[in-house]
Amino acid sequence: MRAYTPKDDVQAKSYYTDRFYVAPQVPKQDVLSDEVFTADLEAIKAKFEVLEAYIQVEQMVVYINAKDNVDVIKLVKEELDYTQLSEMSAIDWIAKSGQFEIFYQMLSMGKRKRIRIKCFISKDEAINSVEKLFRCADWSEREMYDMFGIEVNNHPFLKRILMPYDWEGYPLLKTYPLEGDEFAAWYEVDKIFGKEARDIIGPEIRDTARVDRYDSERFGRLGHEVPKGTKITGNEPKTPLAYQEEGGVFLIDRFDEEKSVIITDRNR
Amino acid sequence: MAQHKVNYTQNAGLPVALTTIDKVVNWGRSNSIWALTYGLACCGIEMMASGASRYDFDRYGTIFRASPRQADVMIVAGTLTKKHAEFIKRLYDQMTEPRWVISMGSCANTGGMFNTYATVQGVDRIIPVDLYLPGCAPRPETLQYGVMLLQKKIRAEKAIKSQKTKRLM
Repeated sequence: MRAYTPKDDVQAKSYYTDRFYVAPQVPKQDVLSDEVFTADLEAIKAKFEVLEAYIQVEQMVVYINAKDNVDVIKLVKEELDYTQLSEMSAIDWIAKSGQFEIFYQMLSMGKRKRIRIKCFISKDEAINSVEKLFRCADWSEREMYDMFGIEVNNHPFLKRILMPYDWEGYPLLKTYPLEGDEFAAWYEVDKIFGKEARDIIGPEIRDTARVDRYDSERFGRLGHEVPKGTKITGNEPKTPLAYQEEGGVFLIDRFDEEKSVIITDRNR
Repeated sequence: MAQHKVNYTQNAGLPVALTTIDKVVNWGRSNSIWALTYGLACCGIEMMASGASRYDFDRYGTIFRASPRQADVMIVAGTLTKKHAEFIKRLYDQMTEPRWVISMGSCANTGGMFNTYATVQGVDRIIPVDLYLPGCAPRPETLQYGVMLLQKKIRAEKAIKSQKTKRLM
């Protein structure tokens, strides 16, 4: 369980605005503290270079060289019984070291253990595909390409998976703004109406809390509705809730609030 | 079931009712608003609930159709992503005139909480919208009230005059 921290003055603290705040690391243990992992690591070390290895949250993390990734995963899958690739993706460390960190999260149902195999590639380097070993890596690698722009060698169908095919930019890069760049802001307008429509349609309103009480084009104010395009003065009379014209409508009953009854007795 | 009894004897003993063509046409249109099933996200669940037996949209004449060519109103229920924007425009163009659009829920109205690169910030950037329903998600009652307001809007239209094609631009 997470240790309790007092939260009385949590609002007054400014730690969340500290741009240089470094989150405390989860403690790491030595691999030797677990027999199964020790044996696994020995098997990997016998054939490949291991840069770093430790246990974190009962899972072994192994850093290898990027060129060995397919062979290591093949060894781990076929000889060490880690038969499932739960997840794989990349982490953007470009600002720190100009590298992407690629991780493969693997699960052994037989040993009831999880290991994470990690490697670094530089910004314009490609990684080899593990799709031949795990079919699930097909879409994961496409997503990695879609979100980070990391190219994957030997992939059968390397194409964007979530974003449109004609999208520019890679949204999960830390340099990519959350609200999108200029291409993203005008994507649908450019595609459907053409660039000349930008002036007519206008920029996106990104402030969700923005309320223009004089705007009768986009929204009516509940209870003070006016017809579209009317100039609002701010002194509109309150309009009662009405879904029918005063005179009623042909063949349609009008709900009379006076006649309505609230039923309280279930067994009436 | 409501029983509609027309008293044929009230107009000087003649079985005749006088009205205008506008009213007759609008009466027909407003009471058979067939909606395109356009559930894009969680608002779609509320839209489906409105169509199911408890809230019973059929009594308004609102029957969900799976084809834009048979639909009169498009209820945009949910988050519109940028990837999907071209399809909503294409489906809207396939609907026959007269056609209406209800933008249901915060996401369809303004993009809602998805203030991100992948979400269209309001469906009215793509297609003209007749009615905005607030809520996240709006309850079926809200959607029913919205449909009733749309019926009111249709009844106020001039049916016989040549329809002005609704275009965003």
